[in-house]
Amino acid sequence: MESTFRKTNIMYLPALALFLVFVVYPFFEGIRIAFTNWNGFSQHFKYVGLTNFSVLLGDRNVRTALFNTLLYGFGSTLLQQVLGLAYALLLNQEFKGRMVGRTITYLPVLISAVIMGYMWYFVLQYDGALNDVIALFGGKKVLWLSRAGTAISLIITINTLQYLGVSMIIYLAGLQNIPVMYYEAAHLDGARTWRRFIAVTLPLLYPAILTSVTINLIGGLKLFDVIRALTGGGPGYSTHSLATLLNATYFGSQRAGYAAAIGILLFCTILVFTIVTQGVSKRREIHY
Amino acid sequence: MRRHRAGWKIALTTLIGAVAVLPIYITVIVSLKPQTDLTSFWLPPRVLFFQNFEGAFIIGRLATAFLNTAIVTACSVALIVLLSAMAAYPLARHRSKLNAVVTTFMLSILMVPGLSLLVPLYVVLVRIRGISTYWGIVLIHITFNLPLTIFLYLNFIRAIPRDFDEAALMDGSSVYAVFYRIILPLLKPVTVSVIILAGVAVWNDYQFSLYFLQSPGMRVITLAISSFFAVSGGNTHMAAAAAVMAIVPITILYVALQKYFVQGVLDSALK
Repeated sequence: MESTFRKTNIMYLPALALFLVFVVYPFFEGIRIAFTNWNGFSQHFKYVGLTNFSVLLGDRNVRTALFNTLLYGFGSTLLQQVLGLAYALLLNQEFKGRMVGRTITYLPVLISAVIMGYMWYFVLQYDGALNDVIALFGGKKVLWLSRAGTAISLIITINTLQYLGVSMIIYLAGLQNIPVMYYEAAHLDGARTWRRFIAVTLPLLYPAILTSVTINLIGGLKLFDVIRALTGGGPGYSTHSLATLLNATYFGSQRAGYAAAIGILLFCTILVFTIVTQGVSKRREIHY
Repeated sequence: MRRHRAGWKIALTTLIGAVAVLPIYITVIVSLKPQTDLTSFWLPPRVLFFQNFEGAFIIGRLATAFLNTAIVTACSVALIVLLSAMAAYPLARHRSKLNAVVTTFMLSILMVPGLSLLVPLYVVLVRIRGISTYWGIVLIHITFNLPLTIFLYLNFIRAIPRDFDEAALMDGSSVYAVFYRIILPLLKPVTVSVIILAGVAVWNDYQFSLYFLQSPGMRVITLAISSFFAVSGGNTHMAAAAAVMAIVPITILYVALQKYFVQGVLDSALK
């Protein structure tokens, strides 16, 4: 029987071939290009050793982009867990309109992030919806995207709101998996609402929290579309993430070798945090 | 007392829902007003103005963009379903050291952000003349969606008892016939999730399309929308209309097939 199943191994060859051609080969080719001064189209280029990497370490724009990438990643992850869990707790209760709430919050998840970004532009532009509200109360209109700090906070908020539905759904499913008897036992022990949340809900939600954090963190560290739509990395280079900087360096400044080096930095950044979250998940499984 | 408590829940739910879809509301309002209408974006138009839609459709060449997006999405999704179901079968059924390594390798690709490979991927596509072609972008979409969908099929097939396969093999069917006639039909529920997850990802893609579909005739819908906004001094009301048209198909599908969409996320997240 095993030998019959063994010959089916050929069925995964097409997938394997695609991975070799479009992931493994480019991965090593990327490392090779990162050691050159190639401009992206010329036949001529030189191997320049570690030059790109040493320039990378001293490049202020890269440092800003790396810092922003971490801000986008951790900022939206944190915000999304707090809001997502709170919203799931709310929707987990019986009341009219909870299904409608769930449906509506999930809709933005399915819309292209770049189109969502452009739609937020109508809210944030100088003559936009947000400034209308400020003007209504007699305030001064604000150029929302002209300062790095404000723009980054807004991008984090927009990304959070768009993908709030994902964490909400994951937490809602997690909450519905918690057996009612645990709450009844806690109730008999005289635990109040807050205590029940800390002692029963949170520990039992651990797998859901981990899943949601991993998804949000990786999504946040890769953030590209919203930044492209709202600031394009500007003003200056102040709101770039590594992903948008990589794009600007390759297609904008035609520095392919350098862009490949930024790609390796982005790859390592995401890899490090994926491994950390996976490691945490293996160590701290909770059993009841 | 009870009634009072339900009241704040409904109010809070409404508020969160409203903020989440606020930009969609504003964009719809903008799209229905002429550019000369300087009233606030919050106020619905007094007269519905549909010319923006007509203009956007023609100037943005949205017909071509929709057609391109549909072709790329349909081909990618069909091949993703086929290739990942095929790949998952031997990995689930034939447990060997080699297959354990192959499985780990394929799942570890989940961690590789396609974007970090932008420069070398571009080089590969140039070399095989795949820039601005349907097959080029389709191959890229398949590659970067496969790890997740193989993972979904793998979990699902592992949960199907081997007795099913073995009984049919005893009856003299070939193992490929078993896969095609017995396993494939059982995969329907997870296939729905795979179609939705991969379909949404490909339909909404911006990054890969931005790099690999450079000729204007090959533009997909996200590229068509972004070119509307990129032109400064352009007609923003027309851009709004284009954005509204772009999100209509997915919104209709979502409202009609809601529970499958939600199931798709849960399948990918909780297994």
